[in-house]
Amino acid sequence: MAYIELKNVSKSFGTGQARTQVLSNINLEIEEGEFVAIVGFTGSGKTTLINLISGLIMPDEGQVLFKGEPVTGPSHERGVIFQNYSLLPWLNVRNNVGMAVKEAFKKMTKKERNKRVEDYVEMVNLSPAINKLPKELSGGMRQRVSVTRALSMSPEVILMDEPLSALDALTRGNLQQEILKIWNKDKKTALLITNDVDEGILMADRIIPLKPGPKATLGPEYKINLERPRDKTALNHNEEYRKLRNSIIEYLIQIGEQRASKKESHYVLPEIKPVIKPAPFKKMSFS
Amino acid sequence: MKDRSIHILNFVGLGFFEPAIRLVTGEEVKKNMIVLLKKMFLPIFSIGMFLIVWHSGATYLYTVEKNARIEKALEDRGEVAAQEMKACIESGDISCQPNTLPSPAQVWTAYQSLLADHRVINQKKAAFAEKVATTNAQREAQGLVAIKYTGRPSFVDQIFTSLKTVFAGFLLALFIAVPIGIMLGLSETLRSSVNWLIQIFKPVSPVVWLLLVFMIVKTLTKNSDSDSSFIISFISVGLCSMWATLVNTSMGVSSVDKDYINVAKVLQLSVGQKVFKIILPSSFPLIFTGLRITLSVAWMVLIAIELLAQSPGLGSFVWEEFQNGANDSNSKIIVAMFVIGIIGFLLDRIMLTIQKFVTFTEETA
Repeated sequence: MAYIELKNVSKSFGTGQARTQVLSNINLEIEEGEFVAIVGFTGSGKTTLINLISGLIMPDEGQVLFKGEPVTGPSHERGVIFQNYSLLPWLNVRNNVGMAVKEAFKKMTKKERNKRVEDYVEMVNLSPAINKLPKELSGGMRQRVSVTRALSMSPEVILMDEPLSALDALTRGNLQQEILKIWNKDKKTALLITNDVDEGILMADRIIPLKPGPKATLGPEYKINLERPRDKTALNHNEEYRKLRNSIIEYLIQIGEQRASKKESHYVLPEIKPVIKPAPFKKMSFS
Repeated sequence: MKDRSIHILNFVGLGFFEPAIRLVTGEEVKKNMIVLLKKMFLPIFSIGMFLIVWHSGATYLYTVEKNARIEKALEDRGEVAAQEMKACIESGDISCQPNTLPSPAQVWTAYQSLLADHRVINQKKAAFAEKVATTNAQREAQGLVAIKYTGRPSFVDQIFTSLKTVFAGFLLALFIAVPIGIMLGLSETLRSSVNWLIQIFKPVSPVVWLLLVFMIVKTLTKNSDSDSSFIISFISVGLCSMWATLVNTSMGVSSVDKDYINVAKVLQLSVGQKVFKIILPSSFPLIFTGLRITLSVAWMVLIAIELLAQSPGLGSFVWEEFQNGANDSNSKIIVAMFVIGIIGFLLDRIMLTIQKFVTFTEETA
C-alpha cells in the first residue's frame, strides 16, 4: 500500500455554465520516503492538486488516501509550504514559526518551544533575523521562514507548492540546496510542485508531468536514478541527465502543442487597408 | 538624538518639523531649505492669506452694516440722529457697534477675554472650595453629599465637558460596533440578514437619533436623578458615529486574505485562535480606519447634539452665545469654531498614531 494515494480524483470549480473541471481522473501513488516532483504549465491545476492532498479542499470524485485513511481535512502530519510564503505580516519570524510549534506540540513547555523555534530558524541560517517582521526580509528569506514553519511541526510529508518560483535564479539555487540538505537528514516523504524541469530533476526521485488543464491528468512518470547528492554544475555534463531533461521537455512541448492545436477556433482577419488621411493642420514653414 | 526625534515626529504625524531639525544641525542646507519652504512656510503663508481675506471680508461687512445703520437713523430720526450715530460708531462705543462678522483681531481679543474669564471662574471655585471645606468635611462625616460649586462653567470647562461626552460616545460606539462588526463579518447569513437594517439606519440624521434616544432615556430615567442630558447626548453621539466602524469592521473581517485563512487551516487553529490570532490582526487596519471616521463624526455631531439637547459643552456654548447677542458674542462663536476645528484635528492625529502603533503595514515586496 502506498503512503499517499490518489484514486481517480476529479475536481471542478464554479457552477453551471462557468463550471470547469480542473483535475480529472488523477491517479498517483507516493511511497514513504520518496521525493516526487510534479511538473506542469501554469494554470494546469498544480495548486489544486496540492490543496487536495493537504486537505484544504475535498475532491468531487475519487479518493485521497494518506497512510490508507481518506483525507478529511488539514493535519499537522502534512506540512505545506505555500507559493506566496503566506507569513503573517504582523508577527515576526519567531512568532510566525512559534505559532506552528505551539499548535503542533501542545504539551511542550514554553522553554522547549522557544528552543525548538530557535533551532529550526538556525537550521535555515536566519538566526540574526529572528526578531524581524516579514516585510523586513527579502523574498528568499521569507520563503526560508515559510520552510521553517512547515518543518518545525515535524510533519511526515512535506508538500511544496512552487516554493521557489517567485525567487530569482541565484536565490533559487541556494534554497534548492538547502531544502535538499534538510530533506537528506531524515528523508521524509516530499511532494514538490514546480514549473522548472531542472529543479525537478535536481531534487526528486521521480518526475510526473501534469498535462495542462482544464481536465488535467498526469502524464507518464520519469524515474531519476542520478546519485545523490547531486551537484548542479556537474549534472550539466552528465549524459543521463541531459537525456532525461530532453525527453521531459520534449514531452511537455508536445502536450503543449496538442493543447494549442485542440483549440479549433481560428480567427478570420478582416481585409482592411490603411487609409492615409491628410494631416489636419498644415505644417508651418518659415523658409 | 536627532534621528530619534525625527522618527518620533514622523510617527505622530508632525513630520513637517523634520527639515527644520535637519537644518538646525546643518545637514544638507540647500535641500532642506527647499523642503522647509514647502512643508512649513507655504502652509504658514496660506494661513496668512486666509487671515487677510478674512480681515478684508470682515471690514467690508462692517462698512455695509455701519452705512445701513446711519441710513436707518437718517430715515427714522433725521439728520442729527444720523450724525450722532456716525460719531457713536466711530468712537468705538459698545452700545452702537454694528453686529456682523468679527475681524481676526476681535476674535483674538474674545479669545483672551475667555481665558481671563476662565481664570476668574477658577479663582471663584477655589474660594468656594475653601469656604465650604469645613462644612463639607462635616457633611461627609454625617454621610451627606458634599456641596458642589454650581456657578457658570468657563469656556475651558465646556471644552472638557464636550471631550468627556465625545469619549463616552466613542467608547459606546467602539463597544457596540466592533463586536457586532466582527460577528457580522464572520457570518455571511447574519450579514445578509441585517444588511438592510444597517443600510436604513446609517443615513439617519443625528437630530433624529437624538430624538429617538430622548424618547427612550426619558422613560427609563424617570425615577432617577442622574444627569439625563449627558446620557442622552453621549448615547446619541455613539449611535450616530458607530456606523463607520460597524461597516468597516465587518468588511475587514469578511475579507481576510485567503492565504492567511489557509495558514490557519493548515496549522489547525481552533475557532477562537483563528479569530484572535489571524482574522482580527489582519483586519485591524480597516477597523482602525473605521474608528478614525467614527471619532471625527462623533466630534462633528456632538456640537449639533449638545446644541439641541441643552446639555453643557461647546455646542451649548455656541448656542447660548448666539442667543445672547452681546457685543462680543460673534467673536466668541468664531473662537469656539476654531477650538472645535483644532481639537478635531488633534483627535484625528491621536487616532492615527494609535493606529500606527497597533497595526501592521502591508508587505512592500
